[in-house]
Amino acid sequence: MDTNSPAGVQTQGPEEGRPVGGQPPSDALIDIRGVKLAYETKDGRLPVLDGVDMQVPEGGFVAVVGPSGCGKSTLTRLIAGLLEPNAGEVWLHGERVTGPKSSVGMAFQNPVLLEWRSVLRNVTLPLELVAPRMPKREKEERALRLLTLVGLEGFERKRPSELSGGMRQRASLCRSIVHKPEVLILDEPFGALDAFTREDLWQTMQKVKSEEPFTGVMITHDLRESIFLADQVIVLSGRPAFTQFTMEIPWKGERDLDLLYTAEGAEMLGELRDQIQIAQGRSPREADA
Amino acid sequence: MNWRLFAPVIAIVVFALLWEAVVWVNDWPNYKMASPSDLGPAFWKFRWLFLEYGWDTLWRTVAGLLLSVLVGLLLGMIMGLNRTMRDALYPLLVGFNAIPKATVVPIIALLFVGAHDMNTILIAFLISFFPIAVSVSIGLSTLEPEYRDILAALGASRFTIFWKIALPKTLPEFFGALKVAVTLAFIGTNLMEIVEPHGRGLGHLFDSGKISADYPLMFAVLIALAVLGILLYYVVVVLERIFAGWAERSPT
Ligand SMILES: Nc1ncnc2c1ncn2[C@@H]1O[C@H](COP(=O)(O)OP(=O)(O)OP(=O)(O)O)[C@@H](O)[C@H]1O
Ligand SMILES: [Mg+2]
Repeated sequence: MDTNSPAGVQTQGPEEGRPVGGQPPSDALIDIRGVKLAYETKDGRLPVLDGVDMQVPEGGFVAVVGPSGCGKSTLTRLIAGLLEPNAGEVWLHGERVTGPKSSVGMAFQNPVLLEWRSVLRNVTLPLELVAPRMPKREKEERALRLLTLVGLEGFERKRPSELSGGMRQRASLCRSIVHKPEVLILDEPFGALDAFTREDLWQTMQKVKSEEPFTGVMITHDLRESIFLADQVIVLSGRPAFTQFTMEIPWKGERDLDLLYTAEGAEMLGELRDQIQIAQGRSPREADA
Repeated sequence: MNWRLFAPVIAIVVFALLWEAVVWVNDWPNYKMASPSDLGPAFWKFRWLFLEYGWDTLWRTVAGLLLSVLVGLLLGMIMGLNRTMRDALYPLLVGFNAIPKATVVPIIALLFVGAHDMNTILIAFLISFFPIAVSVSIGLSTLEPEYRDILAALGASRFTIFWKIALPKTLPEFFGALKVAVTLAFIGTNLMEIVEPHGRGLGHLFDSGKISADYPLMFAVLIALAVLGILLYYVVVVLERIFAGWAERSPT
């Protein structure tokens, strides 16, 4: 299942058999190893992640699917450094993640645009933090370029409340990549959109990826979305979640929607659906047939 | 013809005419009830006192209000950003707010006898900071985690998140509370001015009118207070338009 973890690197190191500040376990840009996490709640300890492994090479795009409430959002917060795992490690670009880093971009199902700012100033927000010295004009040019790329030219002076749901999500996407993050984390970015708008945004996403390359992790509930956009799909088990299944997507570069309706596409979708059934604790189709 | 301007003017004129008519029909003398036509002479007679005391009332209210904005914001921040502090302070604040402030007025007046300005500002503050503190704390504590995360994920400090996101996002609630607070502070100021002997301010002028049974003066003070109250309220409305105008949905 694990792809590119050179054997031998994992041997030295005192804690959990791995060095803490030393060598990364592999050359993957995102490297998640045996991550465990439990929340302390009023009703006691709630184990959410129980041994998640995941490697994303530079420029790769991984989709994570899994039953609702299994801990996918939790995983994104771990990668972003907003949470620390109880066990295991998260590595980004050869550095162990111990806190938030400005080389990460995030977008959520809720576009959370700031209503008091124009669309343009929403997009420049991360630059105010990451590149405070960058001249305002330069920030705005960069934002404008991205807004044009996602088809929002002419809307930059509008308030977020004047945009449709799909347009807000496009703006949110621009904001998440405006500071050229090494890692883009998307938590069900298109989850609240209708099917047509969603397919539109898939195309936009492909365009953005070819113009503004990034390494990404995308959480999704939509299996078609996962195979259409990602190079690799990871299925998490039910809570507490571990990496249950990994699928490599053979399609490269920009893709056509028709691919989803080929025999190859149907076969991959069927396989993933079976895995989700297993993750939900049910037997897959074949078993009950 | 601009009806939005014209309609309220007509309403005021009709109201004054009705008032005048009621006094005229009942043939009430001046020491029983004033009529609108008595107000002009009363204003003229005490015009300098009105200006001087009106200014006193105005600046004391504004000072008290500024103080309650400061303290309210601070308390709201403390309670909104820290759960333990909220649990600790909230019951105390609710209890304090439950005390009718009319009972606090004589206490303060006796505590610092003669310090008219300070006493008045203090009451205006005490009576008006509660809604501000509560609304700011609720605004901050109900901030959706994603709003925090878009900046927190970049390593932003708590202060940056507060300054760039949490504070602007609570501005609509803050101004809503400020509209309530401005009215309350005004009540506080006048309560103290009426109660304090040898004081100043429109409240004191009202009290002098009461002592000499000068109804036209008392009513003139009421009108002056109403004008000041409206002025203060609309200043807040204008500030709200400027700083939180984005929250107003355009009618669709
Ligand atoms: N801050 C928290 N404190 C306590 N429990 C939490 C917290 N955040 C999430 N949980 C719990 O952890 C579990 C996993 O939550 P998470 O949001 O990661 O799931 P998810 O896979 O993203 O779900 P969904 O598919 O519905 O978005 C859930 O049972 C949730 O109730
Ligand atoms: Mg989620």
